[in-house]
Amino acid sequence: MAGREATNPGDSAILVAERLTRVLPGEVPVTLVQDASVRIGRGEFVIIRGPSGSGKSSLLYLLGLLDRPTSGRLLLEGEDTGTFDEDRLATTRLAKLGFVFQFHFLLAEFTALDNVQMPMRRLGRLDEAAQRDRAAQLLRDLGLAGHEHKRPSQLSGGQRQRVAIARALANDPVLILADEPTGALDTKSSANVHDILHDLTRERGCSVVAVTHDMAFAQGADRLIELVDGRIVS
Amino acid sequence: MNLHFDIALSHLLSRRRQTLVSLMGVVLGVAFFLAVSALMRGSEIDFIERLVDTAPHITVSDEFRHARVQPATVAYPDGAVRVSNVKPLTDRRGIRQYRQRLAMIESIPGARVAPVLVGQAIFSFAGRDEAVTLSGIEPERMRDVSTIDEDIVAGSLDAIDTDRNGIIIGVGLAEKLSLDIGDTVSVVAAEGNVRAMNIVGLFRTGNVNYDETQTFAHLKRVQALMNRPNVANSLVMRMDDAYRARDVAARVERMIQYKAVSWQEASEDILNTLVVRNVIMYSVVGAILLVAAFGIYNVISTVVMEKTRDIAILKSIGFHARDIRRIFLIEGAIIGLIGSVLGAFGGVGLMALMQRIEVQVPGESEPVNLPVYWGMDQFAMAAAFALAAAIFAAYLPARKGGRVEPVDILRGAV
Repeated sequence: MAGREATNPGDSAILVAERLTRVLPGEVPVTLVQDASVRIGRGEFVIIRGPSGSGKSSLLYLLGLLDRPTSGRLLLEGEDTGTFDEDRLATTRLAKLGFVFQFHFLLAEFTALDNVQMPMRRLGRLDEAAQRDRAAQLLRDLGLAGHEHKRPSQLSGGQRQRVAIARALANDPVLILADEPTGALDTKSSANVHDILHDLTRERGCSVVAVTHDMAFAQGADRLIELVDGRIVS
Repeated sequence: MNLHFDIALSHLLSRRRQTLVSLMGVVLGVAFFLAVSALMRGSEIDFIERLVDTAPHITVSDEFRHARVQPATVAYPDGAVRVSNVKPLTDRRGIRQYRQRLAMIESIPGARVAPVLVGQAIFSFAGRDEAVTLSGIEPERMRDVSTIDEDIVAGSLDAIDTDRNGIIIGVGLAEKLSLDIGDTVSVVAAEGNVRAMNIVGLFRTGNVNYDETQTFAHLKRVQALMNRPNVANSLVMRMDDAYRARDVAARVERMIQYKAVSWQEASEDILNTLVVRNVIMYSVVGAILLVAAFGIYNVISTVVMEKTRDIAILKSIGFHARDIRRIFLIEGAIIGLIGSVLGAFGGVGLMALMQRIEVQVPGESEPVNLPVYWGMDQFAMAAAFALAAAIFAAYLPARKGGRVEPVDILRGAV
């Protein structure tokens, strides 16, 4: 049975997922996501929610090209990603997508500025000076001026998560995928991260898809996608 | 700086102690590699130098490598009659027309040659008789083909030119018979001729046996003493490049037919032993570096395990598997490279220390320093070996790192 398609017909679609299914192979195969169809419009803020184990993160990984679906089709800016090899998937993630996780996953040995600059260095689209300028600007935009040369261990949880958001924005992605971005933050920091992600959609035209349990975080979203047992129910 | 290098360096610096331990493994490996290699190569070169210095590079003797073919066999190679029990003509020993042959050999670029008539004689002095080897030489030519002139400690080589009854003997023989410069001894040739000869020179080569048994007189005098006028039974050659001796010996043999033996041919068994010794040496020192490689494997494996989350996040933001592999291979290369440089310094220290050690070698009259080889090739070899071992040790963990699936880690972490 096909799942319901979560759509926003008014938007030009950045990402189109058609009947995505992800089954973990094994003696007892486990279905993580089943027949999920999603359309993400440009500048849209979409929340995926559902009970634990409902497949929210698994769907997010599929949408973020971190995992390949067992069946179904995923189009990013009109291109069928099913034909991409691993290198092209990685390059696409680098150039077009940004990730924010529950844990900041910053590289502990590098400063905030270095962490933000890292995706730019790998992509090599800008020269060194332009990379540093952009990284510094992103940190300033996210309220981290003066913290550029601090290591993650010298920053608070909220500051680290903002550095992670800055890193996700480094290569000017078309889509940010956030997995429980406020899961490890206090209320004030959560509200701050929420506002930043909302602003991204308005100011930069960047789409955001976020998985969360946090009802406060879900407020103001353009759309809510509800997942139960790997199926989209609303 | 290169992004991969930065990340690799940060990993190593985050585990300073372990990195230092594995680095020390490489440093010690390279240092001992160099020390052992320098000593073995040094002793090999020293041995060959002695071989090359004390013995002629090529010796042409009054013999033939193959028995001469009978004229009848040459004339009728397919003849139906076999002539058996043919006895060759009794030949007078010695190299025929040696003067002409000397001229032929001298036409070879880089070759110098001297005629020698070698025979046995008895030294008789103060009621004591000593068997010696008496070599008749021409001082001017002999100076060009041997180190005898450098070994003279009293008198001179030219003295046998000015005093045709002069003889030069080794210090060992002089001490044995209580002889000194200016003394006169009776020399009895194997042919029975006796001549009183004056000691006009003493030499010391350091080789005890040689110093006690070898003597030199003028070629003309020895020819007369041995009843062999105008005869030389040996032509000794020296090359500008000693390692050309084998090829030149073959050429000389083709030119003059007499058997020409290069120092390599004469010492083939010993040189083969040196090859075996080198194989053993490089196996042992290679094993040291192999152990060091396990240390590198250990530290990089640990980093891969500890940094699995970092790998996952790097891959999630768009790093390729080959980027991850490169990062860990660079870690191995950094350890290998720094270890090689520091190990080279350590090796130089050990080599300098060994060079100062003096040992008394049996058969040598003077203590000698341990021979140490300082060639850059062994430094390059040690560094290359260390670097290869380090990169190889890093390869397996690097491959594992490259295979990390970010989803597996992210799913487990959140």
